[in-house]
Amino acid sequence: MTETVIRATDVTRTFMISAGAFRGKKPLRAVNGINLEVERGEVLALVGESGCGKTTLAKMLLGLLPPTSGTIELTGQPVNSIHRLEMAKLVQPVFQDPYSSLNPRKSIGSIITLPLRVQNDPNPETWRKRAEEIMELVGLPSRLFNNYPNQLSGGQRQRVAIARALINRPEVVICDEPTSALDVSVQSQILNLLQDLRKELNLTYVVISHNLAVVEHIATRVAVMYLGRIVEQTETATLFDAPEHPYTEALLKSVLTPDPSLGIPDTQLGAAYPNPVNPPSGCTFHPRCAKVMGQCSEIAPTPTKRPHGHVECHLYDDTAKPERAAS
Amino acid sequence: MSERILEVGNLTVDIPVGNGMLHAVQGVSFHVDKGETLCIVGESGCGKSLTSLAIMDLLPSKAIRNANTLELDGEDILNVPERRMSDIRGNTMGMIFQEPMTSLNPAFTIGNQMVEILKRHRNVSNAEARDRAIYLLEKVGITAAASRLSQYPHQLSGGLRQRVMIAMTLMCGPDLIIADEPTTALDVTIQAQILLLLAELQREFEMGLILITHDLGVVARIADRVAVMYAGEVVEEGTANQVFNRPTHPYTQGLLECIPIPGKTERGKPLGSIPGIVPSLVGRFEACHFADRCPFAMDSCTDGNIALRPANEAGHAYRCLLSPEQCAANAKTKGVA
Repeated sequence: MTETVIRATDVTRTFMISAGAFRGKKPLRAVNGINLEVERGEVLALVGESGCGKTTLAKMLLGLLPPTSGTIELTGQPVNSIHRLEMAKLVQPVFQDPYSSLNPRKSIGSIITLPLRVQNDPNPETWRKRAEEIMELVGLPSRLFNNYPNQLSGGQRQRVAIARALINRPEVVICDEPTSALDVSVQSQILNLLQDLRKELNLTYVVISHNLAVVEHIATRVAVMYLGRIVEQTETATLFDAPEHPYTEALLKSVLTPDPSLGIPDTQLGAAYPNPVNPPSGCTFHPRCAKVMGQCSEIAPTPTKRPHGHVECHLYDDTAKPERAAS
Repeated sequence: MSERILEVGNLTVDIPVGNGMLHAVQGVSFHVDKGETLCIVGESGCGKSLTSLAIMDLLPSKAIRNANTLELDGEDILNVPERRMSDIRGNTMGMIFQEPMTSLNPAFTIGNQMVEILKRHRNVSNAEARDRAIYLLEKVGITAAASRLSQYPHQLSGGLRQRVMIAMTLMCGPDLIIADEPTTALDVTIQAQILLLLAELQREFEMGLILITHDLGVVARIADRVAVMYAGEVVEEGTANQVFNRPTHPYTQGLLECIPIPGKTERGKPLGSIPGIVPSLVGRFEACHFADRCPFAMDSCTDGNIALRPANEAGHAYRCLLSPEQCAANAKTKGVA
């Protein structure tokens, strides 16, 4: 039996957004009732358009933001009962832009050993050695120890960010768009590195990305988010071979593979993303959905269990009328 | 013979830096015909954006531009006074930038900015200009166009802003549009919509389009012809079909190997990569620019600059000492052809 490292139950996060001067505040449900389980050694990818709540969810998993309601457990302990320092040993982030996520005034060595200093690691004499070990592991030459971020290339900076995240050997690494700021040739190096490290250190990843080709390549499970809900969650192979939710289908259609014999896809997603402060009634996806039915604008769908995960759409409701389910 | 819109011959851009001269663009030549889409693809620092700025004469003031030919609709735009150039910019030649938020003026309404362009270049009344703005906003898929004219850029989403940018570029009916990473700042779903829109409008108005991007997926889907740039040079050019199905230059092959392709790359398997980093372009060096990263490098690669040479098919050219047959065999072993 595999071990569940992350368990999120009914997690909701609401922000109060000012609706304008003198108009009071309105709630914005950035994350709206999410259930998630990630097992050890898995790579869970969160995909969705900007504003769907991916980053808010990641911040909650990192303990940077408390959920408004619901619970998040890491290795069986509720996040709000774990001390900050303990939390930092369990889960670490790697951010999108290695140009802004590294302090330009600190040397590479100082950036990588910071987690050890913060944790009051008892053996300061071993810090340098450990930093050099982890630098070797992520493919950074140890002569860069005393250099500064501006002397490094984008790929090297991202390696520094990864080394910093891994020096305390966390269980979970949350990668928020780890390669989208990088060039294609560097992106493949970082993806290969993340894969190797996962096998070597038995890490669990939560990867946030809008690049579905990258997601298909590294993820074992994918959760598709739309307006704060996970609308489909399943194994990578199932999701890419037989997507069930119409939104997932549209997302997959928008992937541009380098094949000149194909034209530009028409996703038929229509107009813009809805305003999350004032979400559409019923199924929040219904105004953009190609397979919209009568009940979609009235009743919000509930998750339906599927062989490898679940999907949240009336097309797959047990209660749906047979002819509709077949369409 | 189709109508030539832009002819660029041996364009160079040099930028003086502290310790010498940075040769950012080194002898780039290409042309764009009416209704044709040319994609310039390459990684950061390869000179693709500077090439486009050089065409528009919008380079930073200290950069030095040189070329043998630079002609738009048969008119030499290399040695023209700035006054003539500002008549051309936004009129016969339009540009769409990456980040629509920074290229629209936040202090003026959409309508204001759109009308201004047409009034600058054409002798039209306010009402006529407004009508054209509404017509074009509808063309780019914006609903309730008339009411949008009084909105400010911050009231629109990223996708809508980029649509406004496109509509604005079309105001004077340009012959050539240069789009520099027009979809990089957008969501994938919106990206597909914007590209579709660009392709449709281009066909309808029969414009030439230069699309500058680093996304090979975008290139493959929209390009008629592709120029792959590396370290200031075009290393391979040809039709999209030639470049993607028969990549010849080792750099193009390496790039195609780096990207995961759904349904083709095996899940979880290591991706190919190009070792090393882009060489510094400060100072002249007489060698293949890709030699120190190339898996097929030979001694002769560093003996001198390498000229663009034709491949087996017409219109397909590459900058490498290996014969087309050797390159094709390499592509096969790498699994990119």
